[in-house]
Amino acid sequence: MTDHALRVARAFDGDGARLLDAKPVRRKRVVLPGFGLSLGFTIVYLSLIVLIPLSAAFIKTASLTWPAFWNIVTAPRVLASYRLTFGASFAAALVNVVFGFVVAWVLVRYRFPGRKLVDALVDLPFALPTAVAGIALTGLFAGNGWFGSLLAPLGIKVAFTPLGVFVALTFIGLPFVVRTVQPVLEGLPRELEEASTTLGAPGIETFRRVVLPIVLPSLITGFALAFARAIGEYGSVIFIAGNMPMVSEITPLLIITKLEQYDYTGATAIAVVMLVVSFVLLLAINGLQAWTRKRQGQS
Amino acid sequence: MRSPRDDGRWTRRILIGLALGFLTIFLFVPLIFVFVEGLKKGIDVYLAAIVEPDAVAAIKLTLLTAAIAVPLNLVFGVAAAWAIAKFRFPGKNVLVTLIDLPFSVSPVIAGLIFVLIFGLQGWFGAWLSDHDTKVIFAVPGIVLATVFVTFPFVARELIPLMQAQGNEQEEAATVLGARGWQTFWRITLPNIKWGLLYGVILCNARAMGEFGAVSVVSGHIRGVTNTLPLHVEILYNEYQFAAAFACASVLALLALVTLALKQFIEGRSHHEHRAS
Repeated sequence: MTDHALRVARAFDGDGARLLDAKPVRRKRVVLPGFGLSLGFTIVYLSLIVLIPLSAAFIKTASLTWPAFWNIVTAPRVLASYRLTFGASFAAALVNVVFGFVVAWVLVRYRFPGRKLVDALVDLPFALPTAVAGIALTGLFAGNGWFGSLLAPLGIKVAFTPLGVFVALTFIGLPFVVRTVQPVLEGLPRELEEASTTLGAPGIETFRRVVLPIVLPSLITGFALAFARAIGEYGSVIFIAGNMPMVSEITPLLIITKLEQYDYTGATAIAVVMLVVSFVLLLAINGLQAWTRKRQGQS
Repeated sequence: MRSPRDDGRWTRRILIGLALGFLTIFLFVPLIFVFVEGLKKGIDVYLAAIVEPDAVAAIKLTLLTAAIAVPLNLVFGVAAAWAIAKFRFPGKNVLVTLIDLPFSVSPVIAGLIFVLIFGLQGWFGAWLSDHDTKVIFAVPGIVLATVFVTFPFVARELIPLMQAQGNEQEEAATVLGARGWQTFWRITLPNIKWGLLYGVILCNARAMGEFGAVSVVSGHIRGVTNTLPLHVEILYNEYQFAAAFACASVLALLALVTLALKQFIEGRSHHEHRAS
């Protein structure tokens, strides 16, 4: 009811207007209890555990002048660590897009013995502690390990090289693409593909023109999730990386190295760079997920 | 004319081969390798590595940490989901994004921020040392870092679930005169129990397995501030490979139990979803 209508009502009938005033129509909805308590607790707990501690990193860095900050975060050793972290994360996420799609496709489309077990084990990198993954991959890919000894005659060294970082990050990111693409493939209407093939399009063409556009948003989302996870990863990487400055040292390890040298300012400055990248990625992922839902809703 | 479902026999074989090959190299073999290496020197060495006092202390600390972090984040998850799913208020989307924040923060940074607050040079460093209390390089720091990294698990499981379920049942109960907590225990909790359990299991797996964040704040004091993943690291760095893999296999078993429970819960909630 508009203010004008209320004033008119009041002019005619004081009591009625007061009643209308006190009980707007939407108040007829039942209001559940506990809003203040639950929201209050949520905000206090979120602030204490997440927001205030995270702000500590930004406050600490704010004490630096801009040139000092810039010098720390663009030092050669730091730049080399960005190149490795972002490069290996990108490559690992890309491999996961390709193989994650194949795994999701096989799990959704084909029936074979052990399918359910395989489906359940895809989540292993989520559940397995990263340190365990780290030492297992290192043991396997070391020169005398099961895989390492096969690769050594070919002149390929994985453990204690940047390639090892890539292997660990591939493991860590594996479930993301599978789990974002899988539900989209499950919801893909078979009729679309059947219509396309019936109209004479070959299998590959049908895949490219019909399937790919529908799963594309979920593939990109899966890529972004795997990439975002990989750039912050520590536990699975440090065992296999070799951790040589300028060569196989990831950015999170550099933060720890600086901390151990009591260079809190340096560690925090680099952390702030990583945090900003992570926040941008988080927003991008939120946007991508909204896009995926929209596309799914349309199809 | 062949049906597109068949994709051709060879395409099918090649794709299954590719998928299983990739998973074998990156998942199955590493998992098996942990147990093979752990048992390499025999079952006696394996068991000795697990019952050795430092390992037992590490297991106890890991359990203690999870026993504090998981219930805290469980209560938070329920409160957050109640506020977000049952009510309309401005800034809700921002709140949901902020709850997810810890997932996008590197574990190392999760540890670092608590050092900045509670470390010797930190905000409360002087005050804490005056009062002879330690947070960093002590158990409270380990718990805090773990609470941070496992923060979103229960909330992000419950929010979409409770949003999908709507408010009708709770509103009916309220109209019929049920008190707030009564409505929660009798109506809401039974409706969300599987989602809740799902979140708790994932939260627990991460709490027990966390490495990076805990590594920054622990100080690695043997028998005192070492969790099981940190104990694995120390053994490995001392070239005690059999012992390291033995302890790692305990964590791998935890992961397998987690996956099995997860699968079971997915089956149950799917079943109930269909029945209703």
